[in-house]
Amino acid sequence: MAKKKDVILTREITKVYQMGEVQVHALCGVSINIQAGEVVAIMGPSGSGKSTLMNIIGCLDRPSAGDYYLDGELVSNLTDDQLAVIRNKKVGFVFQNFNLLSRSSALLNVELPLHYAGVKDGRREKAAEALQSVGLGDRVNHKPTELSGGEQQRVALARAIINNPSIIMADEPTGNLDSKSGEEIMQLLLEMNKKFGTTLIIVTHDPMIAKRTQRIINLYDGLVEKKK
Amino acid sequence: MNIAQSIREALESLVSNKLRAALTILGIVIGVAAVIAMLAVGSGAQDTILGSISGIGTNLLFVFQGNFQQDVRNEQPLTLGDVAAIGDIFQAQHVDGIAPVVNGSAIVNFGGESSVVELFGVTPEFEIVRNYGLIEGGFITEDNVNGRASVALLGPEVADKLFGRRELITGETIRIEGQPFRVIGILESKGGGSFGSQDNVILVPITTARVRLLNRERDHVDVIYVQAVDAKSVPLANEEIAQILRTRHRTDLGADDFTIFTQEDFLSLAGTITNVLTIFLGGIAAISLLVGGIGIMNIMLVSVTERTKEIGLRKAVGARKADILIQFLTESSLLSLIGGIIGIFFGWLISFAVGQVAAASGTPFTPNVSLSAVLLATIFSTAVGLFFGIYPANRAANLEPVEALRYE
Repeated sequence: MAKKKDVILTREITKVYQMGEVQVHALCGVSINIQAGEVVAIMGPSGSGKSTLMNIIGCLDRPSAGDYYLDGELVSNLTDDQLAVIRNKKVGFVFQNFNLLSRSSALLNVELPLHYAGVKDGRREKAAEALQSVGLGDRVNHKPTELSGGEQQRVALARAIINNPSIIMADEPTGNLDSKSGEEIMQLLLEMNKKFGTTLIIVTHDPMIAKRTQRIINLYDGLVEKKK
Repeated sequence: MNIAQSIREALESLVSNKLRAALTILGIVIGVAAVIAMLAVGSGAQDTILGSISGIGTNLLFVFQGNFQQDVRNEQPLTLGDVAAIGDIFQAQHVDGIAPVVNGSAIVNFGGESSVVELFGVTPEFEIVRNYGLIEGGFITEDNVNGRASVALLGPEVADKLFGRRELITGETIRIEGQPFRVIGILESKGGGSFGSQDNVILVPITTARVRLLNRERDHVDVIYVQAVDAKSVPLANEEIAQILRTRHRTDLGADDFTIFTQEDFLSLAGTITNVLTIFLGGIAAISLLVGGIGIMNIMLVSVTERTKEIGLRKAVGARKADILIQFLTESSLLSLIGGIIGIFFGWLISFAVGQVAAASGTPFTPNVSLSAVLLATIFSTAVGLFFGIYPANRAANLEPVEALRYE
């Protein structure tokens, strides 16, 4: 079904939450396709369902109905543990609030996906290399609390790319950063996309960020807004 | 995730919350230390009690008047005639030695010192049957018995109390119940007894005791000690004595009016009692271990809640349920294992201290920290950690990644 080039293909996916007695329709049939190597922004006001869509695309959650193909593989009906493996291998996450382990050094934070991937040898070297590539080669043993916001986000970025994922999901990656650090992170993200051909999906409120992507998907009330 | 990595992460997490981890570990330390100490004290008590029963003599049987299990009418006392019959080699082939005894307590004085002691009226055979050794002097002789002589042998504890020494006492005169007795010897120590010390005794000739000190009727004796030829013949001797006494007391039909205990009976009875004691003490200690386990569960639940976001992140980067489960179980097991190891050390220390206190208060008694108790405590405490860790760990493993990441 899925074309070889479509790294992400969703068909009429819906997501319904049960909030007590009320059913909330967060997504009401979203069909999108994103090709390998594309840079895409997902935008929309609060409550538009963009977080839900991001969670499903990032394999953190499953749609209530509809099919989702990631890299040509149907993932919308996998078990929790199978999804964990997919996330580990194919998805790199960059969060607004970094989500680093505060007790562990930058190096260990970057190593973490390798542990769960079951990599035995060379984890340290590989993690150091990834930190080098985001310009933190000299701060590998610092803990997150000893790093600035921009530096923490770079650690998160190094962690996201360590397993050579097919897609990077960035959720408001610059939301907690000053404009200078934000710009650096954007540069790095785009650089990763160019260098490795990694598909980059950025969820954002910021039109300035969205402008720098190749395509913008606007969500409104759980539906993709038709292009004007 | 391999084991070494899990342990390292668990340690990191424990170290990041030192006080909390230390308090949780303390709960397990107290539990394990209590279990180790209680088991050690119990088994030490058992060793001491069994040792003191064995110390009475070897292959012994004890014949008492009366039936301990049921009421018997017209029960007849044990007499010297019974003793003579049991001592008759043609009637009882398996009896080696026989020692009739009358006993009671008496007040003894020397100088300004006074003491209450267990008084035994005995015959010369008593020395062999009860396997007594002498520090100095000689045992009661046949002449002493026949002449109702006012002579006495002192147990070492009595000697300590009255004279403050155990030697060069022979020839002194003490007063028993106000009457003068000449000391003819000092007994060697038999070690601390559990039914009162076996060293706090005075031996006098049986005739003297009966007539002048304890006022027993003519010929009557309180207990007959019988020594069997060897360990195998104890049951045979038991049967022979019973037959002789049934004939002499004319109780061939109906219940016996006497009771025979063997040393094994006492040993097994005392063994049962001390086992119950040990289990009882250990059980009480185990409750504190259980409480420690609940402490672990409590702290792990707090930890899971606190680290919800971390769990979400770990899941986002590819941790499976089992990975999270193992991580938290490692942490709780590690808490209890560390507690267990420290607890074993403290338990041993407490046992040692109890031993020292017992020695200082004059009851030689060695708590016995056995390897099996140590292994039991280690395995049990780790199991407690695992068991009480399962629920929190499971809770962590089943968190939805989306929910967990959103948690503030």
